[in-house]
Amino acid sequence: MSKCCHSVDLDIPPESKKIVLAGNPNSGKSVLFNALTGMYVDVSNYPGTTLEISYGKYSDDTVIIDTPGVYGISSFNDEERIARDIILDADIVINIVNALHLERDLFLTQQIIDTGLPVVVALNMMDEAERQGLKIDVELLSSMLGVKVIPTVAVEKKGLEELKNNIFNATPGKPTPGIEEKIKEMELQTASRGETLLILEGDPIVAQRNQVPPGDMQEEIYLKRRQRVNAIVDKVVKFTKEKSDFKERLSSLMIRPLTGIPIFLLAMWIMYEVIGVFIAQTVVEITEETIMQGYYEPFITGLLSKWITVDSATWHILAGEFGLFTMPVIYLLGLLMPLVVGFYLLLSIFEDSGYLPRVAVLADRVLTNIGLNGRAVIPIILGFGCVTMATIVTRILGSDRERRIAIFLLGLTIPCSAQLGVIAGMLAGLGPQYVILYVIIIFSILASVGTLLNAALPGKSTDLFIDVPPLRLPRVDNVLKKTATKSLHFLVEAAPLFALGALIISVSQVTGFLVLIQDLIKPITVGWLGLPKEAATALIMGIVRRDFGAAGLMSLPLNKIQTLVALVTITLFVPCIASIMMLFKERSNKEGLIMWLSSLVIAFLVGGIVSKLSKLANEYLPIYYPIAAFFIALILFSWAISYFKNKLDQYKENLEGVGK
Amino acid sequence: MTLDKAKRGQILKILNIPDAKIKAQAIRFGISEGEMVVCSEVIPLGPIIIRKNNQEIALGRNLAKQITVISN
Ligand SMILES: Nc1nc2c(ncn2[C@@H]2O[C@H](COP(=O)(O)OP(=O)(O)OP(=O)(O)O)[C@@H](O)[C@H]2O)c(=O)[nH]1
Ligand SMILES: [Mg+2]
Repeated sequence: MSKCCHSVDLDIPPESKKIVLAGNPNSGKSVLFNALTGMYVDVSNYPGTTLEISYGKYSDDTVIIDTPGVYGISSFNDEERIARDIILDADIVINIVNALHLERDLFLTQQIIDTGLPVVVALNMMDEAERQGLKIDVELLSSMLGVKVIPTVAVEKKGLEELKNNIFNATPGKPTPGIEEKIKEMELQTASRGETLLILEGDPIVAQRNQVPPGDMQEEIYLKRRQRVNAIVDKVVKFTKEKSDFKERLSSLMIRPLTGIPIFLLAMWIMYEVIGVFIAQTVVEITEETIMQGYYEPFITGLLSKWITVDSATWHILAGEFGLFTMPVIYLLGLLMPLVVGFYLLLSIFEDSGYLPRVAVLADRVLTNIGLNGRAVIPIILGFGCVTMATIVTRILGSDRERRIAIFLLGLTIPCSAQLGVIAGMLAGLGPQYVILYVIIIFSILASVGTLLNAALPGKSTDLFIDVPPLRLPRVDNVLKKTATKSLHFLVEAAPLFALGALIISVSQVTGFLVLIQDLIKPITVGWLGLPKEAATALIMGIVRRDFGAAGLMSLPLNKIQTLVALVTITLFVPCIASIMMLFKERSNKEGLIMWLSSLVIAFLVGGIVSKLSKLANEYLPIYYPIAAFFIALILFSWAISYFKNKLDQYKENLEGVGK
Repeated sequence: MTLDKAKRGQILKILNIPDAKIKAQAIRFGISEGEMVVCSEVIPLGPIIIRKNNQEIALGRNLAKQITVISN
């Protein structure tokens, strides 16, 4: 069974041997992990897929641990810190190396060898290396590194048997010349050899753990190691041919704004057509109306009516409008599940193709305005799948400041797949103007809140510095497997919460509490937002999960503008229970609470503004204009503030400069 | 010149990376001081992409401004 923990304390029996899969991002660790354990963890074509640590049994007394990919062991960001501790704690390291760029990948290999751990190298992606015309002298590589090197093609299970046969032949390799002496000089009793190395390399956390000051030899050791690696690569890699093929041409089309933006819009349009139009309307009509309402509902109410008196309190709780066996089941299976499956299918294709890092490059310029860099598109796009997952993915960001901004914007503005499906379906019914209006409003909130946060938070964000993996044709089996695992995960996570939500609502309905609340918050729902008072029910459902809330809106009789107001409010509404729990875990209770409350305030504020602005409309002024104008002005306003803040900072800096 | 001024297709030698943390990361990528790279893409106002053998690395414009290079 896979267990996921996000701290490094894994629940592994202390006597069992730990085999750790380590390697650069996107080198194929997870594919190999799946092949060795028979489990499934996510595989995608972008650096940073694995962030939670998965482990599985290899034999009775050995476990295999999959780690986040890193370019070296140190503590440049949260994911590196996690990988570092797991690698240092390993009994055997299987180092997965991407044969396509040995120069980059062998740096980590050499660093792991320098820690003195027993290593076997899996030289992966041999198929792609061959296609590129690369010849690698495996024997020589093995003897220069001093460890076994097994060529593999992980996705085709090539070389897997040989790797398995050699795991226990792992040996410590030949360290970088000159390092041995330095480690001996340190002579730390408390620290292991690996820890001593990292202390020398100036890792502040490992140093603190051993109560010694961090060393200052990082650059020196790194350069020595780099020299050593370059020398190995020079001897081992025979021939590289530089050719520009179709994939490269496509890649640059995706990156250049002139062609990249249209390609991105095309991709979004395809998603909208597939999810918002085809699935949300055609498919859901079959699953929700024909199957669930046509067959399931009469069946289950018929069954229950044998034991329970129709219209009694128990009946309402179990089979009524919000009954435990009716509403959550119908919403979950009939409405949301098809949307979620469709969404994950498309997302998996994007993930596998290597398109996401290219969007990261394309979007970098825009994201720097809100204190993020291009890398943040990965959590943001994954947020459209599930905000809870995306919250974890923000670990790939380079600073705490960026994580804070990204997590807040994710919770506030990004609708998750199921919710997005419902929203797209409802918007498509209103016509294209409303779709555009909705996009403008949500984008405006994203941009202005992000800009203001960036101006307000202290410190500086990091710059984009990523490698761009080659484009690949998505592998059908992986796409299907990933879609299935993620959809199942959605079902498992959502079902109990839906049941809980339904129970809360039907019990409050039976006890009259629901009407009480509806009347209580009437000033907000009816007075401020201009919605019917029953909208309160959807909002309560939205506290449990936003997709649940969005689904709750579908049964309300709303006119066009009310629908827009309701959808905007539910999009910006508080993050669901699961993601708030994740927030508490990843950040702090205080930060989580602040984010929750601000989402609530912003959601009502914006919803109300849209509602009030629509009142300005008359026969000469179509309602789109005042709303669009207001939200575009909001972006400009936030830019102006941030601009003046920057100028002020520069001015202060200059003053200080003069003072000195 | 600095890397942000590079043009597509230019062959560059990295001369200086001032920030220690960035320098360490660059050494890992194999693009440390003294290495030769090709500028493979320049996004107007956006990132610069450099290529070294089979790998492409994207650097944000602000970062590129800090890196000194010389073109051959
Ligand atoms: N052609 C080819 N592709 C491979 C091979 N091994 C893995 N891949 C692909 O490489 C990509 C990355 O694989 P993952 O297993 O997710 O890589 P990872 O090392 O776990 O990556 P992170 O979790 O991001 O560090 C996927 O698109 C795989 O399908 C191989 O031997 N040949
Ligand atoms: Mg992985």
